[in-house]
Amino acid sequence: MLALELKQLRKTYANGVEALKGISLSVEKGSFIGLLGPNGAGKSTIISIINSLTRKTSGDVTINGHNIDYALSAAKAQIGVVPQEFNFNIFEKIQQIVINQAGYYGIPYREAAIRAKKYLSMLELWGQHNHIARILSGGMKRRLMIARALVHEPEVLILDEPTAGVDVEIRRSMWDLLQQLNSRGKTIILTTHYLEEAETLCDRIAIIHQGNLIQDTTKKQLLALLDVETFVLDLAEPLRMTLPILDGFKFKQTDPMTLEAECSKKKKLNELFSFLNEHNILVCSMRNRSNRLEELFLRLTR
Amino acid sequence: MIAKQMWIAFETLTRKELMRCFRIWPQTIMPPAITMTLYFVIFGKLVGSQIHEIEGFTYIQYIVPGLVMMSIIMNAYINTSSSFFGSKFQRSIEEILVSPTPNVIILCGFIMGGVMRALIVGSIVTTIALFFTHLHLHHFLLMFLVALLTAVFFSIAGVINGVYAKTFDDVSWIPSFVITPLTYFGGVFFSTSMLSGLWQKIAYLDPILYIVNAFRYSLLGVSYANIEISVSVLFIFTTVLFFYALHLLRVSPGLRN
Repeated sequence: MLALELKQLRKTYANGVEALKGISLSVEKGSFIGLLGPNGAGKSTIISIINSLTRKTSGDVTINGHNIDYALSAAKAQIGVVPQEFNFNIFEKIQQIVINQAGYYGIPYREAAIRAKKYLSMLELWGQHNHIARILSGGMKRRLMIARALVHEPEVLILDEPTAGVDVEIRRSMWDLLQQLNSRGKTIILTTHYLEEAETLCDRIAIIHQGNLIQDTTKKQLLALLDVETFVLDLAEPLRMTLPILDGFKFKQTDPMTLEAECSKKKKLNELFSFLNEHNILVCSMRNRSNRLEELFLRLTR
Repeated sequence: MIAKQMWIAFETLTRKELMRCFRIWPQTIMPPAITMTLYFVIFGKLVGSQIHEIEGFTYIQYIVPGLVMMSIIMNAYINTSSSFFGSKFQRSIEEILVSPTPNVIILCGFIMGGVMRALIVGSIVTTIALFFTHLHLHHFLLMFLVALLTAVFFSIAGVINGVYAKTFDDVSWIPSFVITPLTYFGGVFFSTSMLSGLWQKIAYLDPILYIVNAFRYSLLGVSYANIEISVSVLFIFTTVLFFYALHLLRVSPGLRN
């Protein structure tokens, strides 16, 4: 069964901007899908339509078998949304925000209080449960929104750039949590600008560009599309020769001590190292210029 | 959503609104208590002692129902308009909009918050009034009905204001420039018999006059308008306004794209 199905989803705003131009996307239950795309691609519009804050112009949205046109209430109960911007009352107590959210889903107060403790503890916020939300740091506010989205225990969790502005340590712990939730069967839909995040977490990637879905495949298949990879070589001594020429490789010098080598996937790296050895070019270290998904993303959306 | 879940959602909204009212009590409960005490001291005792009886009651006895009603009107309206607009401004309204809670429950929850605050403040003002004068109670059920209907009516009006408002000025404009003048001119401090011909006719165009009059009748038993018609019209207007507010939540101007 599908956790989410979008069919020919279109959205044209009142100012004439065509944000979505007929997007069709199917998300299997239990999958972890990344929605990628440059700013203004239409990712947030899709999420906003799914959670009913934006009205679609046309098309169909079905969440866990419930079409939003015919069974909106049931569809809403299936999803938990973590929006991009903070949208809670900053003067309310943290625990109360989560308990209230449970109440809006019809969960009795006592049960809501138990769940609030469970999810605030899971997000490492229970220590602050009695404080007002205003005092929380940016990262804590994001975690509060995740706890709030989980309190009614939805089947599908949608996160719109959840780790934006969050420090590395918290980001890693959020990744662990999301992977944990996914391993327990929750379907997760994630939009992010951190392609490393998508590459680490998602098993499926959909790339949206100018309101169109330009890629929708498994991460493995998507990365297979990448026919070249660029490596940055840190040299032991400055390069004192014109840039070398080697079939299947392109070289670029960014500074006297750094050489970039664009390698075709058909070629073996051993060829590169033999060539560098022949020319007495000593390499101290080597790394990817950007992560593989980032490289592919830039190619697809350029 | 089944009925029990809707009830829980309604309870949650009401509790949230009530907690908000008590959390900011220096803004919600204290000011009307202080203002009304000043009205009782200045208009009731100091100025009122120089004014002869109106329709068989001392001046302070005559103005108490009007002042209680004024508190109910203002607090019901301000509670829902500021709370709804505040939720919109902070975007916390989205917490409710993304949930399965139906619009009718969202509306009823906000109305209940406004009604509770209005009745709490109305009760406080009535208690304060008892320190200055003794009060008659002509018709308890009517008193309760008029207070309740008025609180509901102005709570709904506040929600509508909150839905349309784009800035904080939009929320304060109507209480300052519409409700306050209509309330003052609605016979809170005087009887229409004290007005000259033309002004009396103009005063009868003020809808709040009928509300104040009906409430005063329930306490003192004096009236210059038909009570049944006044209450029926208030009931009809409240019903119409309720469905209009519900329609607004459905079409959601400024709430949904």
